[in-house]
Amino acid sequence: MALEIDISTVRGDFIVEAKFKIERGITALFGPSGSGKTTILSMIAGVVKPTHGRIVLDGQVLFDGAAGMNLAPEQRRIGYVFQDRRLFPHLSVEKNLLYGYRLLDSNTDAQKPADVIALLELSSFLRRKPETLSGGEQQRVAIGRALLMSPHLLLMDEPLASLDARRKAEILPYLERLRDNVRLPILYVSHDEREVARLAKRTIPVIDGRAIGSST
Amino acid sequence: MLDLSPSDIDAITLSLKVGAWSVVVSLPFAFGLAYLLARVEFIFKPVVSALVLMPLVLPPVVTGFLLLLAFGKNGPVGAVLDQVFGISVAFKWTGAVIAAAVMGLPLMVMGMRISIESVDRRLEMAARTLGAGPWRTFFTVTLPLSIPGVLAGAVLCFARSFGEFGATITFVSNIPGETRTLPIAIYALLQTPSGDSAALKLSLVAIAVSLIAIILAEVLNRRLSRPAGHDGA
Repeated sequence: MALEIDISTVRGDFIVEAKFKIERGITALFGPSGSGKTTILSMIAGVVKPTHGRIVLDGQVLFDGAAGMNLAPEQRRIGYVFQDRRLFPHLSVEKNLLYGYRLLDSNTDAQKPADVIALLELSSFLRRKPETLSGGEQQRVAIGRALLMSPHLLLMDEPLASLDARRKAEILPYLERLRDNVRLPILYVSHDEREVARLAKRTIPVIDGRAIGSST
Repeated sequence: MLDLSPSDIDAITLSLKVGAWSVVVSLPFAFGLAYLLARVEFIFKPVVSALVLMPLVLPPVVTGFLLLLAFGKNGPVGAVLDQVFGISVAFKWTGAVIAAAVMGLPLMVMGMRISIESVDRRLEMAARTLGAGPWRTFFTVTLPLSIPGVLAGAVLCFARSFGEFGATITFVSNIPGETRTLPIAIYALLQTPSGDSAALKLSLVAIAVSLIAIILAEVLNRRLSRPAGHDGA
């Protein structure tokens, strides 16, 4: 499992470009806010269209500017955990978790809901509405929801940024478990040095819109 | 309790029927227009928006007259209906439905437009990344989240249609049992020397229906404005 990208786009008056290859485990995209990290994730997920370049995931071309190829987000099998969580407010926690899972082909080798619920310890609030959960609990649900669509790649955009120190400490062990138990490439965006040091095996710096990985 | 006469009850029943059908007829158009106005940018948007809202400010008698011109036997729409489908809406209760639907449409579109605009598009994007195509996203995220506003718009449209007078009497006249709706019956009663007390009874019915509809719409809108995805941290 690997993601290989070489893409660029123009955001306002500055250029965001990313060129790297990542494999299983957590790779951090590390840089100050406003450096273009979220834009890079959005391009990989298919939410923002790059102006140039190529995105290849597990040998499948998701985007190729030269060939005019651009898969829609729903065709990419990329789990996206947003900083603001984006749980569906009208659905229970359980229905949120199963939203993507239920859309999978029956013959996919899918993540099992029971496993994910156990991994993230979600069983006690399955019937509740997301708004009744704390921020950290909501973030765990958002992670579980993304995992249950059985993604080939997991994007995490500052999942801890909107939480206070206590909630952060509460959710970090879950992220470590996720890293150690899920055999996926994970691209983890953060501006927090300690968080990155604790979670990531590799760091790609993002400076003024440029995220260029070393050739290894 | 109100001791209504059979013709009073006829008028109330007819108004209820016209109101309900008006909602059914205008609902798909209203939702389409509301979605267009809420989500799509196009050059003539202010013009479309103005045309939709027009019945709200135009004298109803003018709307009724325009309907008469369009749907009359020789009108552009009426001729097609008559020759192709063999149906005529002039001076029929179905014509009253059309008049009521046109008059109720602006209220429906306004309510729906606000509710669609208030749906967080980031949630739709989340649904897309989870594997839902545009249509599934619409039916599982956009529509359920905007449903209180859609219902509020429908309720207001019903109330407006239930009490529609000017365009209706101009377009389909005042035929007992066919086009004499509640407000037209009140007007007719007021033209007779001893009709005041009967008119008052029907007016009370109209007041009750309007009040219930507005309160219901208010309750539905309140549900809509409740913040979604609130941060508990």
